Amino acid sequence: MTELAWIDAAFKAARPQALGALLRYFRTLDLAEEAFQEACLRALKSWPKNGPPGDPAAWLIFVGRNAGVDQIRKRSKLEALPDEDQISDKEDAEADMAERLDGAHYRDDILRLLFICCHPDLPATQQIALALRIVSGLSVKQIARAFLVSEAAMEQRITRAKGRVAAAGVPFEAPGPAERAERLGLVASMVYLVFNEGYSTANPDNSNAALCDEAIRLTRLLIKLFPGEPELMGLLALMLLQHSRLKARFDARNAIVLLEKQDRALWDRVLITEALALIDKAMRHREPGMYQVQAAIAALHARAARPEDTDWAEIELLYRMLEKLQPSPVVTLNRAVAVSKARGAEAALAIVEPLAEELSGYFYFHGVRGGLLKELGRAAEARESFDRAIALANSPAEAAHIRDHLDSLADISAGKAKVVVDG
Amino acid sequence: MLYAILCYNEEDVIQAWSKEEDDATMERLFAVTNRLTSESKLGPVARLLPTTAATTLRKNGKEKFVLDGPFAETKEQFLGFYVVDVETLNDAIAISHELADANPGTGSYEIRPLAVYVPDGRTK
Repeated sequence: MTELAWIDAAFKAARPQALGALLRYFRTLDLAEEAFQEACLRALKSWPKNGPPGDPAAWLIFVGRNAGVDQIRKRSKLEALPDEDQISDKEDAEADMAERLDGAHYRDDILRLLFICCHPDLPATQQIALALRIVSGLSVKQIARAFLVSEAAMEQRITRAKGRVAAAGVPFEAPGPAERAERLGLVASMVYLVFNEGYSTANPDNSNAALCDEAIRLTRLLIKLFPGEPELMGLLALMLLQHSRLKARFDARNAIVLLEKQDRALWDRVLITEALALIDKAMRHREPGMYQVQAAIAALHARAARPEDTDWAEIELLYRMLEKLQPSPVVTLNRAVAVSKARGAEAALAIVEPLAEELSGYFYFHGVRGGLLKELGRAAEARESFDRAIALANSPAEAAHIRDHLDSLADISAGKAKVVVDG
Repeated sequence: MLYAILCYNEEDVIQAWSKEEDDATMERLFAVTNRLTSESKLGPVARLLPTTAATTLRKNGKEKFVLDGPFAETKEQFLGFYVVDVETLNDAIAISHELADANPGTGSYEIRPLAVYVPDGRTK
């Protein structure tokens, strides 16, 4: 790696802390961002010459503060300036800087920064866009590409999000324990949204997996800030397990490969090892939460060397637990899939049918129902379900997958296939 | 003489590497370890998973606690180690230089002589 690449990695690592501290100082996102960018520019001039500083984040915060104050002076605004005695004009007073940084604020700075991005006034897409821009420092171009919109449209979306945040006001007081827990939950779900944006749109031909990497990096950061939160461990484990299958999720034609058909040799064992350690660690706390349960389900798949080794009975139990923690027809549908593997299609169909009204517009409902009916040899009804699924498919890959089912149905009608019960 | 070369670096920075940067670094390190292996100087090599995946058993008098992670307040984290079999400390330092060259950015390498060494049959 070149020196420049290393400096870039240092900027990226320091960004949440530095930007968080500058935000606390200047109290507006735009000024904090400008100050951080200015500090990075000065670092690019100084670091190659003088070597990297002992604490890059401290360096960037300090230089950023000075740069921001200069900016304010230049604009000669009549607003009150920050306290002079907190600012040093000496850019080389580096040892001093680290000491003067208020370590106690570190956690709250970063949390506030993330919290701003998941402001409840913002729609989810704007939350993600803002987080990727502000916390991760992705360029508008990169974010626009991930969301498949034009750069101008994304620029507008981010500007609008910033405007809303500014209008709503940012809470700068240190949050109490209850509020912190609540914020942390919001932040965790926002990070998971970032991950899902990457996960659902990633394929071997694009770089959207970078969004997954970014979400994973942010969650590792959160765990460092809040080391005893089992739900954060669960969230990280869940993302690592899903991400470990990246190479196996698509075939040569970029079509989706279902879990049971994936080549498990392509799963990333390093990510799986880390995830299994995390989920075991989380369980020791005995505070189950939805991320932990979902991670535990994904872990059972990861532990099975072959699809037929999967512990479907345990997965069914975990889905029951998830239904209690987070009741939703989609979770029930997932439990039905586990039931079909553990106890057969008949039992599963009994769980699926009552969901018909709530999930009538849901691709997977019709896909699963069609699959169960097919297993039971009720070909005509299965065909009806598959047809509805195709009409609701979100991508050509999903439609192609259902079409494969329809093709095999043709075999059933011809009396060639028999009912198959897995595992 | 057996030495352990303990590698420390800033985990945050390592984690900010892109996949390509990480792969390139590992490739440079493999070049060093492959040569050491061919010279029969290399023992076990380990790259540790992130500290967030770690658990610590801490003994406090008679009481023992299991804690999440090391989460040391130090800036640099213990990220991996090499065991090398060489004649002198200078040889071990020379190898550390090579490892440092293969790694980008900053970092430090603690060179510690080994007192007990139990080779793992599985690695043979």
